[in-house]
Amino acid sequence: MTAPTFDLGTLHGGLRLPANKSSSTKMPILDMPIPSQLVLPITQHVGDPAHPVVGNGERVLKGQLIAESDTSLGAPVHAPTSGKVVAIEPWPVARRYGNNAPCIIIESDGEDRPIERAESAPDFTSLPPEALLSQILHGGIVGLGGAVFPTAQKLMQARTCDLSYLILNGVECEPYISCDDMLMRERAAEVVSGAEILMHALQIDDCCIVVESDKPEALHALGDVLGELHDDRIVLKQVPTIYPSGGEDQLVQLVTNREVPSGGLPSDAGCLVQNVGTAAAIHDWVIDHEPLISRITTISGDGVASPMNVRARIGTTVADAINFVGGYTDRAEQLIIGGLMTGKSVTTDRVPLVKASNCVLVLSEAPSPGPELPCIQCGECATVCPVQLLPQQLFWYACADDEKKLRAYGLTDCIECGCCDLVCPSHIPLTSDFRMAKGRIRELADEKARAARARKRFEARNDRLEREQTTRDAELALQKQSAKQAGPAAIAEILKRKRQRSENE
Amino acid sequence: MWTAILTISAIALIAGVALSFAARKLPYNEGDLVERVNELLPQTQCAQCGFPGCRPYAAAVVDGTAAINLCPPGGEDTLRRLAELLGREAIPLAKTTAPAVAIIDESLCIGCTHCRNACPVDAIVGAHQFMHTIIASECTGCELCVAPCPVDCISMRPLT
Repeated sequence: MTAPTFDLGTLHGGLRLPANKSSSTKMPILDMPIPSQLVLPITQHVGDPAHPVVGNGERVLKGQLIAESDTSLGAPVHAPTSGKVVAIEPWPVARRYGNNAPCIIIESDGEDRPIERAESAPDFTSLPPEALLSQILHGGIVGLGGAVFPTAQKLMQARTCDLSYLILNGVECEPYISCDDMLMRERAAEVVSGAEILMHALQIDDCCIVVESDKPEALHALGDVLGELHDDRIVLKQVPTIYPSGGEDQLVQLVTNREVPSGGLPSDAGCLVQNVGTAAAIHDWVIDHEPLISRITTISGDGVASPMNVRARIGTTVADAINFVGGYTDRAEQLIIGGLMTGKSVTTDRVPLVKASNCVLVLSEAPSPGPELPCIQCGECATVCPVQLLPQQLFWYACADDEKKLRAYGLTDCIECGCCDLVCPSHIPLTSDFRMAKGRIRELADEKARAARARKRFEARNDRLEREQTTRDAELALQKQSAKQAGPAAIAEILKRKRQRSENE
Repeated sequence: MWTAILTISAIALIAGVALSFAARKLPYNEGDLVERVNELLPQTQCAQCGFPGCRPYAAAVVDGTAAINLCPPGGEDTLRRLAELLGREAIPLAKTTAPAVAIIDESLCIGCTHCRNACPVDAIVGAHQFMHTIIASECTGCELCVAPCPVDCISMRPLT
């Protein structure tokens, strides 16, 4: 096997959090049976919204396209199994803003009949990168680390930059989540194969697979695969277990010691980061021709009977998934989709598992952190902030709703990791305050853009009205002039003709 | 010592004369201020302030002939920013409105083009004796199209 290397850059701040991962990694990944009903949000990515391409009552096959975007800034959705579309309607989903989203609801027929693919595609190494990218686009593949940015779009953007590294993110630093860990343990070969496809699509020769030190089994499995492969373009790197080193920009900093500029992308630092799950999904699509219709999800917390990782079809409801792992325990109080630090609390288990759902947490009620007290300017939050912001200052400006200062102090670079919340001795919910302030900044920018557009239209309209008036005036003047030129005799002649005509009638 | 006192006094005198000359004779650029006030207004061109559009209102505010609390679509935020920019007191708004868009009941529309001509941002599409419709994304919710409609088929739909 190949041993991991350790040459690393430095990361500011961060925290060591209790991992709580061992309970869900005892068992291998279980394939969940296909539930009778699947709920598929039409838009499961960040970017342009998709629209359904199937109608109510239509029969669909496994892998059939059911929703797509018009632009490459989106990702299509495929039917996870064969069955019938029974409704296209709003359904509760777990997302940051709003509660209901339009969903396609499929009743499964239990046959799981796949759609017939055209003749087997050629080997990916013989394809030009552009063709490979467009193939990835049609697989509905999005970033599975939780950001769900369309992968093809990210790759196309990165192709325009001067890239030096592909970084595969196996740093699953958030407590409880272990889906990437289990994926790397059980499907290391697929992850490495995905890395090779990505390297070919990007035409680069350096790839780091980065794994945290608390995942020795995953490191071992990947090391074994790389040892057999003898591909010296791919190296395995081990990083210390610090939250949030798995954040995209943080990982770039940690692995290459290059800082992603404020407001920039990792590609500005010459890197492209992809989650290991995304790499495996790319393998499944490009090699096995299966679009993104299932994913591994960790179901954990002290509120479920037996925490484990399941491989479920996209669209399975959380209720079905929890039933599959033995149901709730008596202590179950709150349901969180996503991780403990960055996840979203939901009030119903009717929400479906989507491409973004890496974790379902059911927890007993957490002890209250205590009442919020005034900030004492201790600076602990600035010490742990991985983006090197000054949360205490930002908090001040967020309270004052001072948009300019918030921008100047880099609020838009906040990754909402939640470290500052945890260390604050005054129990100030900084992250949620920042989230709100960010929303406010976005709103203001929208308002400004709208005002600018309205103004432009108003001015254009005024110009047009003025132009029309000038033309009318000019025409009138011309008519008057020609009447004058013709002289009074001609006018009298015309009037006489008119009088005669009316007399005849 | 006397030289020093005289020099300083002379410099102060010259500077004083120059400054008072500049203040009286050089043109004070009010256009910039009007532009900056206009920037803060929501550009709905709704005329609810009593002026025909946002820019005339901005000019009146700068002149001092109009109060700063006359812009209902701008709301408290615009009022606060205007007060900050102009150093005036943030008096309560004279009138408030909720954000809304106009919507045409197309089954009733007779195609008279009156609303189309009233829209300050050209957000209504339609031709004579053909059904009209509103481009919702461009509608500023100014309500100027509501009154001219002879069949009352335009209503304002509040934006959540």
